[in-house]
Amino acid sequence: MKIPISYNIRNLIIRRTTTMMTALGIALTVAVLLSVFALVEGLRTSLTATGHPLHILVMRKGATAELNSSMTQEQFQTIKVKQGIAGLPNGEPMASLELVTVIILESPDNPSGINISLRGLTTTGFAMREYVRIAEGRMFQPGRRELVVGKGLAKRYPKARLGSKLDFGRGEWDIVGVMDGGQSAANSEIFCDLAQLASDQNRESGLSSVLIRATDRASMQALMNNLVDDQRLNMDAVSEKSYYEAQTSSAAPIQFLGIFVAIIMAIGSSFAAMNTMYAAVARRSAEIGTLRVLGFSRTGILISFMIESLLLCLLGGIIGCLLVLPLNNFTTGIGSFITFSEFTFNFRITPGIMLMGMTFALVMGILGGLFPASSAARKEILTALREI
Amino acid sequence: MTEAVIKTRQLTKEFIRDEFHVVALKDVNLTINQGEFVALMGPSGSGKSTLLHLIAAMDRPTSGDILVLNQSLRDLGEREMAHWRNRHIGFIFQSFNLIPVMSALENVELPLKLTNLKKKERIEHAMTALNLVGLGDRVNHLPRQLSGGQEQRVAIARAIVTDPDLILADEPTGNLDAASAQEALTLLEKLNRDYGKTVVMVTHDPHAASFASRVCHLGKGVLLEQEPSLAQ
Ligand SMILES: Nc1ncnc2c1ncn2[C@@H]1O[C@H](COP(=O)(O)OP(=O)(O)OP(=O)(O)O)[C@@H](O)[C@H]1O
Ligand SMILES: [Mg+2]
Repeated sequence: MKIPISYNIRNLIIRRTTTMMTALGIALTVAVLLSVFALVEGLRTSLTATGHPLHILVMRKGATAELNSSMTQEQFQTIKVKQGIAGLPNGEPMASLELVTVIILESPDNPSGINISLRGLTTTGFAMREYVRIAEGRMFQPGRRELVVGKGLAKRYPKARLGSKLDFGRGEWDIVGVMDGGQSAANSEIFCDLAQLASDQNRESGLSSVLIRATDRASMQALMNNLVDDQRLNMDAVSEKSYYEAQTSSAAPIQFLGIFVAIIMAIGSSFAAMNTMYAAVARRSAEIGTLRVLGFSRTGILISFMIESLLLCLLGGIIGCLLVLPLNNFTTGIGSFITFSEFTFNFRITPGIMLMGMTFALVMGILGGLFPASSAARKEILTALREI
Repeated sequence: MTEAVIKTRQLTKEFIRDEFHVVALKDVNLTINQGEFVALMGPSGSGKSTLLHLIAAMDRPTSGDILVLNQSLRDLGEREMAHWRNRHIGFIFQSFNLIPVMSALENVELPLKLTNLKKKERIEHAMTALNLVGLGDRVNHLPRQLSGGQEQRVAIARAIVTDPDLILADEPTGNLDAASAQEALTLLEKLNRDYGKTVVMVTHDPHAASFASRVCHLGKGVLLEQEPSLAQ
């Protein structure tokens, strides 16, 4: 570099108040963008972590979610004897009849309550979810009004702590365990005994869905085709993974809004950077003239002021990243438009996201620096020297 | 042997701004030889600075020719002109024009950034120049930590660090007290006498002009009389 970068850095330090103000504006812009992306990334990670690659979710034709699907015991009997279903060590097929419903949980943040998924299942259903383990307390016992809550819920809802009671259906239920579902959706659900829940809700004949595991990839597709084609069933079969991945779209409105706000802020921040750089060019007019007399070219001047603008915005980018860093692993919830219940997950700030934030800051630096830097480069030597 | 370093023919510079039309230089024919120390004098607005700027390729004439170091400045493009200035011209300003955020050493090193010299060589050259102006012990001072006289000596060091053929100074003592002015003038004289540099200095001060080997007078853009050069 012809004009040393230290020249730019020192000038940024000299006018530190302006530098910090401008950088802070950029930092906030970057922080808004990053938090939105961290949220989407967290949701995506969480949803893609849910589900076994060989799992098939069977729901009524036309149902978009387990909540609006229905399933009878008879249909389940037909499904569980299909070819290509893996077996448990005890010889039972890996087919889990489940009932999904929602209950309302209040929290300090949401006094009016939020929909939470409540899943009734059998020991088979629990066994098929190997990624779910009991973190505290114990498993619910069949035939009892007992609940196991996801750790995300336990963390966010004081009412859903181990040892408390929840009141719904025909009476109180005891929370006997907290389950750790890794990053998966189980963290934001409550599990209980299928038969108990079905009788409590009068839904012995109107259950929700069946989860089955195929023996291998090859038989998985065949099994899905067989299920869909079976006229007696009138069922749809999707892979569990794709079912959850599709729910990432629940974040689309937030993502859209976040990007929209960030872009508006970025335009403002670019103007702030531009203003700061114009002031710098005006203030250092005589220096620009001197540099030109010493033999530095117009291009050299242009590059130098561009670098200064980029440095300024890079500083903003770094501060922005630092601002959102505490969000990493911060647990939050989002209402799903598919399950109509809240989904709990952690913000995730990945190196890729930070890189994107820095790039965003640099784009602001380029936009903000371009006009001031080229005005500096265009100055005639004598005009520049005379302006003080 | 005398060799013309600067040769102007019918050199004219006009400034046209809105309805104002200023003739800053009118048909100036001036020859300055290698090794001369020329003082340019004249009342304010007589075109002294304008002439110096044209010699330094900081501006272009309206008409006429100017040949500096056998180079017709007309023929140089923007980029070549910048390079040419860096190689051949050392310019000294009335207001020093040091870069405030750079130390004395960094200021002096700055023009060398445009050469192929390595960092170590650049520092060596800059130190040599600073020692020559007697500021070897002030290298890490920022301009605001120096007195005006010291600042101007740093500026002189910066002007000579590239070993230019021509040293141009526009009222170099204009902002200095008598003692500092004396130091600066002694330095210019030394550069001229001991190092053979051609020096052109604009000044209002007859005492400063007395250091020169020749004094040229400008009046309203016209070169008035030329006292015979002592070098000739
Ligand atoms: N960029 C410019 N635009 C318009 N007029 C100019 C410009 N530069 C110089 N002039 C005019 O040209 C004339 C000569 O100016 P110049 O600066 O060369 O004078 P000078 O002899 O150096 O004066 P001083 O002793 O005050 O420095 C003046 O009338 C000045 O107003
Ligand atoms: Mg002048």
